[in-house]
Amino acid sequence: MEFVVASSVGLLTAAGIYLMLRMRTFPVVIGLALLAYAVNVFLFASGRLTLNQPPVQIYDGPWSDPLPQALALTAIVIAFGMTAFTVILALASYLTTGTDQLDMENTDPEIAPPAAGSAQKSGERA
Amino acid sequence: MMSHWIVIPIILPSLMAPLLVLVARYDMTLQRVLSLVSTTAILAVSVMLAFAAASGTVEVYELGNWPAPFGIVMVLDRLSALMLVLTSVLALAVLVYVVGTDWDKRGAHFHALYQFQLMGLAGAMLTGDLFNLFVFFEVLLIASYGLMVHGGGKARLRAGVQYVIFNLAGSTLFIFALATLYGITGTLNMADMAERAQSLPEADVALLRTGAAMLLVVFAVKGALLPVHFWLPNTYSHAPAPVAALFAIMTKVGAYAIIRVYTLIFGPEVAVTGTMPADWMMPAAVLTVIAGMVGVLAGGNLARVVAFAAIGSMGTLFVAVAMFTPESTLSALYYMVHSTLAAGALFLIVDMVQARRGTCALHVLPPIAQTGLIASLFFAGAIAMVGMPPLSGFLGKLMVLDAVRDHGGMGWIWAAILAASLIAIVGMARAGSQLFWKPHAEEFAASENPAAAKTAQPVALPVAAVLGLLALIVAMTVGAGPVTAYMHDTAGQLFDTSDYISTVMGRN
Repeated sequence: MEFVVASSVGLLTAAGIYLMLRMRTFPVVIGLALLAYAVNVFLFASGRLTLNQPPVQIYDGPWSDPLPQALALTAIVIAFGMTAFTVILALASYLTTGTDQLDMENTDPEIAPPAAGSAQKSGERA
Repeated sequence: MMSHWIVIPIILPSLMAPLLVLVARYDMTLQRVLSLVSTTAILAVSVMLAFAAASGTVEVYELGNWPAPFGIVMVLDRLSALMLVLTSVLALAVLVYVVGTDWDKRGAHFHALYQFQLMGLAGAMLTGDLFNLFVFFEVLLIASYGLMVHGGGKARLRAGVQYVIFNLAGSTLFIFALATLYGITGTLNMADMAERAQSLPEADVALLRTGAAMLLVVFAVKGALLPVHFWLPNTYSHAPAPVAALFAIMTKVGAYAIIRVYTLIFGPEVAVTGTMPADWMMPAAVLTVIAGMVGVLAGGNLARVVAFAAIGSMGTLFVAVAMFTPESTLSALYYMVHSTLAAGALFLIVDMVQARRGTCALHVLPPIAQTGLIASLFFAGAIAMVGMPPLSGFLGKLMVLDAVRDHGGMGWIWAAILAASLIAIVGMARAGSQLFWKPHAEEFAASENPAAAKTAQPVALPVAAVLGLLALIVAMTVGAGPVTAYMHDTAGQLFDTSDYISTVMGRN
């Protein structure tokens, strides 16, 4: 079981990093999602791998460690929310600028974006 | 023993933010009033907490009354109190500026996001639990993503995507590091982990070092340490300038986390990590100083110039942090407070220039409205930022230089900091003369820059905000004695961890 878990964490991380280096929003978002899976499995494994053990310490042992399960839940929620936000932001960026490249040339900051449209958009985003 | 005041800087903004969205959504005046009241109250509580912490006691707040290694604790010591006051002072000044310039009307929910940002910052500085630190990092980052793209616009959205993705990668690494540390030590409470790291079986040492190193990289990302600094210039120059002014504290959160974790858990005398954090950080910090200040010269527009100056100042700060002695930490704290105020003030000035000029690119355009006033503010801010006398940047740099006297590579560090300061002076002087001086030397047709022909902007609140920050810098210079005395005690408390650990673990 250790081999399966370890290699799946490794594979997911490698695939995630590879996709992140593609520097276009869609592969990068998928890559981030893969990295989030990898880190959740890794977090879960940090409480040691046990099979069929209760996480509640009301029975006589052995137990599985309940804390990494709670941490993984927290991490899942955060990763889920962030992936959703990134997708929306990447979409807004693609529709506004017409490109999904992550690299950007060195431009001067804009100070007066179209007021009405942007207010509406950021309202939707928030 | 347990005072509920400790948790107020977290609870208050977290209640205020949903209130702003739900109750005050369509009423900008009410939003501003609530936001200002909340931020002022946080400042008042922070100052009160700082006075409470000044006596040297470590106060622990057990959330849900769960005792330390099992529940999450908030810990108030001198360092957290100092950071809280710094955060809330900067936040109040930036908020006054935002209200004075109508920046909050350029998009929805500015004030709610701002309150969530403050909640995350306060939480990150108060927590005594590593996973909780991660959660508060996420809170402040999520709010900052919203603030970063506030107002919209093409370049800002693209820079926002970069910023979000870079930080998400950083957060993933954060969890990897935490899971490694938890897997070995079986705890996430900083004080508990500090104890367990000292008595670790030989077989686990390598893994713990790996976890500590990963954590260092994560905090270096937040603190914009070379080579993971490259998110900063685009983010700071494309974010709304007042938001960039608030972000001046975000890099310091990285520095705070490094100071906290690598004195408390992996301190210099802990055998597991030894001098590893120092050995890694010092060269990186020196390179950061150089890269930042060269960037000041090559910036091309005022926002980037100031962003690179912020990177350079983080480098100077990390040079002091990387020494890990009480004296160097004292200088790091002084320079940290100074550079936060200076960077905040300068970003506000960048926004003043942009608003009147239509652009902050460094080519010569007709003189802007209120040019004398803004030029003098920029002059003062730039002097503070590059560390020239008479302002506190000079004192801070002097203390940093003095603190590295015992380091083996002292010659290199001094050469880098001093040369970089000279380059920064040239860069700032060039930027200032292009913006404020040369316009008076040339003749312009009236139609050449319609943006500059705009009538003068309201100045009362914005100038009050900038002057407030500059006044604090002056106060830090004049009152350097009492300020450094507090920081001296702070550094002493940081390196004497026994009191912190025993208080958190409930043995006092």
